[in-house]
Amino acid sequence: MSSIGTGYDLSASQFSPDGRVFQVEYAQKAVENSGTAVALRGKDGVVFAVEKLVTSKLYEPGTNKRIFTIDKHVGMAVAGLIADARQLAETARSEAATYRSQYGNQIPLKYLNDRVSMYIHAYTLYSAVRPFGSSLILGTYDKNDGSEMYMIDPSGISYGYFGCAIGKAKQAAKTEIEKLKLADMTCSELIKEAARIIYLVHDELKDKYFELELSWVGKHTNGIHEKVPPHVQEEVEKSAKAALEEESDSDEDI
Amino acid sequence: MASNSFANIMELSGTDWLNAELSTGTTIMAAEYDGGVVIGSDSRTTTGAYIANRVTDKLTRVTDYIYCCRSGSAADTQAITDIVSYHLDFQKVEMNEEPLVETAAKIFQELIYNYRSSFTASIIVAGWDRRKGGQVYCVPLGGMCVREKVSIGGSGSSYIFGFVDSNYEENMDKEKCIKFVAKAISLAIDRDGSSGGVVRIGVIDGKSTQIERRIIQEEQFKLL
Amino acid sequence: MNFYNSVNFPINFNNHQDISESSDIIKHFHTPITTATSVLGIAFNNGVIISADILGSYGSLARFKNFSRILQANKNTLLGVGGDIADFQYLKELIQGKMIGEECLEDDIPLKPASLLCWLTRVMYNRRSKIDPLWNNILVAGIQDGKPYLGFIDKLGTAVEDKLIATGYGAYIAIPLLRDALEKKPDLNKQEAEELMKKCMEILYYRDARSFNKYELAILTTEGTEFKGPIEIKANWSISNDVCGYE
Repeated sequence: MSSIGTGYDLSASQFSPDGRVFQVEYAQKAVENSGTAVALRGKDGVVFAVEKLVTSKLYEPGTNKRIFTIDKHVGMAVAGLIADARQLAETARSEAATYRSQYGNQIPLKYLNDRVSMYIHAYTLYSAVRPFGSSLILGTYDKNDGSEMYMIDPSGISYGYFGCAIGKAKQAAKTEIEKLKLADMTCSELIKEAARIIYLVHDELKDKYFELELSWVGKHTNGIHEKVPPHVQEEVEKSAKAALEEESDSDEDI
Repeated sequence: MASNSFANIMELSGTDWLNAELSTGTTIMAAEYDGGVVIGSDSRTTTGAYIANRVTDKLTRVTDYIYCCRSGSAADTQAITDIVSYHLDFQKVEMNEEPLVETAAKIFQELIYNYRSSFTASIIVAGWDRRKGGQVYCVPLGGMCVREKVSIGGSGSSYIFGFVDSNYEENMDKEKCIKFVAKAISLAIDRDGSSGGVVRIGVIDGKSTQIERRIIQEEQFKLL
Repeated sequence: MNFYNSVNFPINFNNHQDISESSDIIKHFHTPITTATSVLGIAFNNGVIISADILGSYGSLARFKNFSRILQANKNTLLGVGGDIADFQYLKELIQGKMIGEECLEDDIPLKPASLLCWLTRVMYNRRSKIDPLWNNILVAGIQDGKPYLGFIDKLGTAVEDKLIATGYGAYIAIPLLRDALEKKPDLNKQEAEELMKKCMEILYYRDARSFNKYELAILTTEGTEFKGPIEIKANWSISNDVCGYE
């Protein structure tokens, strides 16, 4: 994005001469300013981990959560503008509820992803609206279809993933994720890795404090999305910190 | 429209068909077996005591793998089935997957429940899907919906509850199940004036987009 | 109107038909079609117990013989519903939808039984005000602030709270039995409450022609929920030996 300005970035309904929609790209920048969110899809479920940056010690703990429950069986982690993400969570929830009442069973993630993507995309087409400054990761587990995961970005484009990272340190996180054999891993293994990755990519110099948000949906939760129990959270954070220290020790050796 | 006593006079004088609504005075049935479902019905449609159609097909396609057995007003049940069929065709394209029997039953229920004061429709939904195999759902008058292993409906059903309760077995093979359904319907035809004609049978097992159909005629009833 | 021959109607609509056909009166309410009978509930010293049989009646026809109508709304609330089954299924979805909405809040503040009961009175009252009531009796049982809670709503949205509740035929037959038992021992324990409930279900089976010999029980205490059933009633017909002739 070398050419800032040039008059083609004032509206989402106008292309630049080289075929870009700057407003959408700016929205993607908004996502990249946010704390990192990671989701991993294994053989028996999906785990979510979010680095929720806390910019002041005066805030109450646990506010402005970035992991949402969309329906019993669907979890969502977000990066970017939290207020935008909340509106998208509401949209996704009403889509899931409508599906339930019309068809009598839970919404397939593929379909929910299609619907939410379409909604986000619609906000990239008109001059009267601003694109959403958030990326979403949706995940679910179903005993028939196994685990599924999608990521949608502000342009409304989406892909299915095995491992996915959004936000500030997405590059570093992706490098870590690529080392894992995701398809063979269980939720209890994945949650450790996800937490470790968040601790690893956290930039202690720039963003001092953060809260680690963790949730999962899998075989062991009966296909229900829920935040991880306190004892798991504690254990996983401990092992993430230990892994981090080990790493810095080995760095010193070199 | 005439008062009830007037309607009685019309029936006695044999002119009731002038004002009566076309309906499928019926025996319908569906039963789960080992690899799918067997559906069956009689073939009589009446307006009052007049047989408007003696070879009616009450086994109606909703999707390739989901059929319904209709009882009640012919007009209402046809309209409802067309709407459900449209919804499921649309859903099939949208999801790129065969619709679930459960979903079909749910849409039938939604329509019959929401318009329960205007419709006279009582439907059995039967079919096969990848998730739960052969399934039967009963959606009667008031718009409730419940899954059953075997379900009967229509005016003729009252005469065969005993037979069905004592003769249905789980996981029958196909031929045994067909025989059971045909026998039940033939018994209802024997005793119910609003049911008659032949026994129509359909088998849905998910192996073909075309259901297997059979017709059992009156002279074969005693052999069942 | 011969088309009524075509399906089995559970009740005789003829009189009703006369009115609406011969004048311009428009029918504005529904009558129940498939129905379920009584629901019973007892609050005991550290919990609540509710029970309902598993029959769906179609008029006098025992049509659906395995239909459960006790549901758990959340971890501290149980519901038992009688009346029209189609309306029950509608209500069930409405409540489950509300519960998903509650879970999405993730505030760790579960909806209390009294709050759910209050919300349900609004649902029921709104519908009766449209002259289109949901034809149900709803029993709400749970633990409210650590104490047993039992409440009831009828199809008009009237709410009642009590230690003993019985709907439908149960209100006539089971209530006297329950009151009698509670007068003798006001503070029942779980086992006594369960025994009492079983006795009431048996008596109801003898005297309610729309009842059934299989039923479900749900017990909710501070320790959690326990579902039992279907339980089969072992009826005692020995008195039939003493009766011969009709005089």
